[in-house]
Amino acid sequence: MNRELMRILLPVLSLAILLGAVFYLQPRAMSYFGLNLLFNLAIPVALATMAQMMILMVNDIDLSIGTFVSFCACVTATFVQETPLLGYAILLAAIAGYAAIGALIYVRGLPAIVVTLGMSFVWGGLAVMILPSPGGAPPPWLRTLMTLKPPLVPLAIIAPIVIALLAHLFVKRSSMGVLLQGVGGNERALERAGWSIVRLRATAYAVAGFFGVLSGMALVGLTTSADANIALRYTLLSIAGVILGGGEFTGGRISPIGAVIGALTLTLAASFLSFLRLSPDWQIGAQGAILILVLAARLLVSRREAAA
Amino acid sequence: MMMKPDTSNPVAGTSPNLLVATIRKPWIWSYLAALLAFLATMVLSGGQGALSLLYAALTFASFSVMVGIGQMFVITLGPGNVDLSIPATMTLVATLSLKFMGSEAGLILPGFLIALIVGLGCGMFNFALILLLRIPPIIATLSSSFLYQSLAIWSNRGLRIKPPEPLAEFSTSGVLGLPNLALVALLLAGLAWVVLERAVVGRWVLAIGQNLRAAQLSGVPVHAVRFCVYVGSALLAAVTGFLLASFSGGANLNMGAEFMLMSIAVVVIGGSSIAGGNSNVPGIWGAALFMFLLVSMLNSYGLGAGVRLVLTGIIIVTVVIVASKRKHSA
Repeated sequence: MNRELMRILLPVLSLAILLGAVFYLQPRAMSYFGLNLLFNLAIPVALATMAQMMILMVNDIDLSIGTFVSFCACVTATFVQETPLLGYAILLAAIAGYAAIGALIYVRGLPAIVVTLGMSFVWGGLAVMILPSPGGAPPPWLRTLMTLKPPLVPLAIIAPIVIALLAHLFVKRSSMGVLLQGVGGNERALERAGWSIVRLRATAYAVAGFFGVLSGMALVGLTTSADANIALRYTLLSIAGVILGGGEFTGGRISPIGAVIGALTLTLAASFLSFLRLSPDWQIGAQGAILILVLAARLLVSRREAAA
Repeated sequence: MMMKPDTSNPVAGTSPNLLVATIRKPWIWSYLAALLAFLATMVLSGGQGALSLLYAALTFASFSVMVGIGQMFVITLGPGNVDLSIPATMTLVATLSLKFMGSEAGLILPGFLIALIVGLGCGMFNFALILLLRIPPIIATLSSSFLYQSLAIWSNRGLRIKPPEPLAEFSTSGVLGLPNLALVALLLAGLAWVVLERAVVGRWVLAIGQNLRAAQLSGVPVHAVRFCVYVGSALLAAVTGFLLASFSGGANLNMGAEFMLMSIAVVVIGGSSIAGGNSNVPGIWGAALFMFLLVSMLNSYGLGAGVRLVLTGIIIVTVVIVASKRKHSA
C-alpha cells in the first residue's frame, strides 16, 4: 500500500510544482477562466492516455492510438453529427475492431508494436477517406457538454478527476480490472486458473478503443472541427503520460490516477513556456525535459527506498 | 557478395540443399513480397518503365535500409529496446549540417563531420538516459527525441537551405546504372552483415538479446555493447538524415517522420525477431524494397491517398501474420 502511495506521490508533486510555477509567473491563471484555459486540451489527452494505459497494462504497446483518435474525431465531426445512428454504429465497430486486434495479437503471437504500427496506417487512411480536408462540426450536445460551465470548479478540472476516478474504480476495484492487471503480471497463472486470456486481452483492447472514441469525441467538442492529422501526437504523449504517472512497461503495473496526472503535467509543460515568454519552438522540448526530470527524480526516490 | 546464402553452412553444400536452405531463410519472404509488388505494377503498365521503377526503388529503399540497420541492432538487444529518436536525430542532423555548409561546396567534408558529431552526441545522450537514469529505452529515446525536435525547430526557423551543388549531384546520380545512395546503403549493409554474422561484437549483441543475464555472466561487456549499438543507430540516422536532406534539396522539420514506422517495419518484415536475439541483414533490403514497391503499386493503380494508406496498413499486418505463422509451424 505504501508503495502504491509512493508511486502516485511523485506525479502529484511534479504537477504541483509546475502549477505553482505557472501561478507564480502569472497569478491571473489562478482563476476559473485561467484554469479552464490551461487544462482544456488535457481532457482528450487524458482519455487517450487511459486508452494507452489499458494496452500497457497487458504488456503490449499501442502505436496507433494517435491515428485512432484522429479517426474517431473525423467520424464524430461528420457521421455522428449528420446521421447519428450510422455514426455511433461506426464508432462501435471501431471498438470491436480494437478488440479483434487484441485477440489477433495474442492468438498469433504477433508483436503488438508492429501490428499497431500497421493499424496506424489503416486508421489514418480511413480518417483521410472520411475527411480529406479539415472540417466537419461537433454534434450540438457534445459542444454543449464540452463548453459546460459548472459552478465554482471549471470543467477542465472536473473532467480529468472524473476520468481518473472511473478508471481507478475499473482497474483497481472491479474484478475485471484486477484480472486484466493479472494478464500483465502473470498470464500463465491466470490461464491455469481457467481464465480465457484471449477474451481478457480482447476486453483490454476494447476498453482502450472505448477511451480512444471518447478522446476523439472530446477533441471535436473542444475544437469544433476535425482533420485526419488532428491527434497524431497523442501516440507519444499517451505513452509518456502513463510512464510519467508511475506506470511501467511490464508486469501490469499502472496507475490510472497517476496517468491522468501525467497527462495534465505534459499538457501544462507545453503551455508553461509561454508564461516564461520563451519561444514556442521549445514546447515539445519542454515535454521531453519534464519527462527526463521526473524519471530522474523517480530513480533517486527508488534508490533511497532501496537503501532504507 | 554479402547477399548470397550462407555457404559456410555444411547443409548447403549441394544445390537442392542450397535451395532448401535458402527457402528456410527468414528473409526470403520479404524479397518474394517485393517481387510480387513489382510484378503487380508491371502487369498494369505492361512492362513499361521497369528499369526506372527499379532505380527509384533502390534509391528510396536506401534511406529505409540505412536507418533500418541501426534499428535492427537496437531491436536485437531484446524486448523493450527500440530507438524512437531516429526521426528527430535525422531532422536535427540535417538541419544543423546544412545550416553549417550554407550551400558552400568547400564545406562538404566538415559538414559531414558535423553530421557525425551531432549523431554521436544524440546516441551518447540516449544511452546516458538509459544507463545512468535507468529509463526504459522506449521512453528514453522518446523524451530525447522531443528535445532534438525542439532543437531542430529552434535552429531551423523555417529556412530551407540548399545543399552544396556537388553533394546534391552525388546524392541524385549514380554509377553503372546503380544510384549512389544504393551503393552507400549496400556498403553499410555489407558492413552490418559482417559485424552481425562474423564479428564477436555481433555475437555479443545476439547473446544479449537472447538472454541478458546469461550474457552478463559469461563475460560479455554488456554496457559497452549496448553503448555501441545505440550510438551506432544514431550515427546511421545521422548519415541518413544528411543524405536525405542532400537528396531532397534541403532539410525540413518533418523529413524524418515516416522513418519511425519505416525503421521498425523493415526490421520485422525482413524476418528479424521483434523480441530480439535473432536478426538478419539481407531482410532489411528486401523489406525496404517491398515497402517502396508496395506504395508505388498502389499509386499506379490510381487509388486515393486514404485507400492507399488503408491497404498499406492491411498488407503490413498481413505480412506480419504470414511470417509469424511460418515460425510457429517450423
